[in-house]
Amino acid sequence: MDNTHSIAAPAPASAPPSMLRVRAGAAYSHFMNHVLPPLVVIGLLCAVWELLCSRPGAALPAPSQVVSETWELITQPFFDNGGNDVGLAWQILASLERVAYGYLLAVVAGVSLGVLVGQSTWALRGLDPLFQVLRTVPPLAWLPISLAGFQDSNPSAIFVIFITAIWPIIINTSVGIRNIPEDYRNVARVIRLNGVEYFWKIMLPAAAPYIFSGLRIGVGLSWLAIIAAEMLIGGVGIGFFIWDAWNSSLVSDIILALVYVGIVGFLLDRMVAWVGKRVTRGTSPA
Amino acid sequence: MSQPYLSISRVDMDFSRGGVTNPVLRDVNLDVQRGEYISLIGHSGCGKSTVLNIVAGLLRATSGGVIVDGREVNSPGPDRALVFQNHSLLPWLTVYQNVEIAVQKIFKGKRSAAEQRDWILHNLDMVSMSHALDRLPAEISGGMKQRVGIARALAMEPKVLLLDEPFGALDALTRAHLQDEVMRIQSELQNTVMMITHDVDEAVLLSDRIVMMTNGPSATIGQVLDIDLPRPRDRLALADDPRYTHYRHEVLSFLYEKQRKVESIANARARGAASTREAAALRA
Ligand SMILES: Nc1ncnc2c1ncn2[C@@H]1O[C@H](COP(=O)(O)OP(=O)(O)OP(=O)(O)O)[C@@H](O)[C@H]1O
Ligand SMILES: [Mg+2]
Repeated sequence: MDNTHSIAAPAPASAPPSMLRVRAGAAYSHFMNHVLPPLVVIGLLCAVWELLCSRPGAALPAPSQVVSETWELITQPFFDNGGNDVGLAWQILASLERVAYGYLLAVVAGVSLGVLVGQSTWALRGLDPLFQVLRTVPPLAWLPISLAGFQDSNPSAIFVIFITAIWPIIINTSVGIRNIPEDYRNVARVIRLNGVEYFWKIMLPAAAPYIFSGLRIGVGLSWLAIIAAEMLIGGVGIGFFIWDAWNSSLVSDIILALVYVGIVGFLLDRMVAWVGKRVTRGTSPA
Repeated sequence: MSQPYLSISRVDMDFSRGGVTNPVLRDVNLDVQRGEYISLIGHSGCGKSTVLNIVAGLLRATSGGVIVDGREVNSPGPDRALVFQNHSLLPWLTVYQNVEIAVQKIFKGKRSAAEQRDWILHNLDMVSMSHALDRLPAEISGGMKQRVGIARALAMEPKVLLLDEPFGALDALTRAHLQDEVMRIQSELQNTVMMITHDVDEAVLLSDRIVMMTNGPSATIGQVLDIDLPRPRDRLALADDPRYTHYRHEVLSFLYEKQRKVESIANARARGAASTREAAALRA
């Protein structure tokens, strides 16, 4: 991908026809190498699935049946009949909104705590054992205690996201801060950057590759946790949609929702990775 | 002679770790005149970087002190700009921005944005790097990185320019080219320079004086050699100059005759200490 890109990039604005052909060729080879193989594999898997599940008495619906049974959900993602009876787009957006709040809080708190722990040996000694224990608590184990604390389901779900995503962010950030080369510190000392300038101009960019790998793990965990948490708290959200479908024995709905959950999780991961790549250009990957 | 511009007096330096004190420098004294080019040469590990870092203010001497232009050094600052052996450019900033970060900070409120920009470009031009302003360090060669490091240091308008093996990591051709460039810049700007080197030819070619250090532990200045060669100096013409050969020989004989034996003893001692430490670690 990167190779074909760098070949295509220097083409001048008024590219001669041969250049266009080179570009078309690059697009073609990209398609052949990166788009075609997954399409073929998905096609094969669906064919096998179709074969296995189209026997009479199969427990799970075949893909063709899934599509026909959920056709309304697929074509009308934005319907709204009030209450929980809304389109899948709304369900996913509701989940994404919770993730956004919890995750953003985790980013701010996680990076700050990571900086603190990375900077100060005392904070490291005091907080690290605590972090190491707390981070092994499974996300859903936090739900009852946060329900007790917040007395409301929505903030509880957000808190579960927060507490799930924060640990990898803290740990990666602090490792990144501790690994800032002595030379960068010395440069900052020679030109006499003050604390704030050092933070913005040296510390954050130098630790950015580590921070972003923490952010990427964090967003994946958030998405894992929100589905599970929503199953328990109810309301609008893709997690509860799945649980609701199970209670009404709508297996095709569940399968469709799983596909959507997977795609959204993938996109979230790619989005954070993309932002990270833009922000940390030049800095060698951690 | 007038009062020295840079004066290192009675500097001792110990590093202690885990209760073990390692005496690195003992009684280092050196006076440097304004505009002088000094080279510091000595075997690896003797304490050259430590001396330079003390002058830079990055390390505090255990005792003794450094005075630059009448003021005692007690913290790092742009008046003693440092060029590191491994360039130490910030990899997320472009060539231009790597110089800008220093210029912005140092000349904030003293020069307008346009003046600052001109000054950055001027310094990058001086090291022939104007063609790569928007490239990242990862996208330029080792020699180019070192030039940007030099431009960044020069842009600070330092009273003393400190170079820690600035050409150490470069191939011979690039090294020669950069040495010529540094000589030209120095004759133009009349900087006071203190440079660490391992390379005898480099020391003789560039310096007004070569300061030779004895081996550690407890290293100190063993001998100072005045290099009385007219400037501008031309490496080709000097190659056959008997004075050049003489100076070269002086440095070599200091390094390989007077200091060799001490080195082997020190090494043997260090090795002995290391093996007892290892043995202790194994037992533990
Ligand atoms: N921060 C430190 N802590 C403990 N010991 C140190 C430290 N810095 C340097 N030393 C010790 O001081 C001695 C001198 O080190 P220094 O880096 O000044 O040597 P050098 O002459 O610059 O060597 P080289 O030519 O290899 O760069 C070495 O024995 C080294 O182990
Ligand atoms: Mg050194």
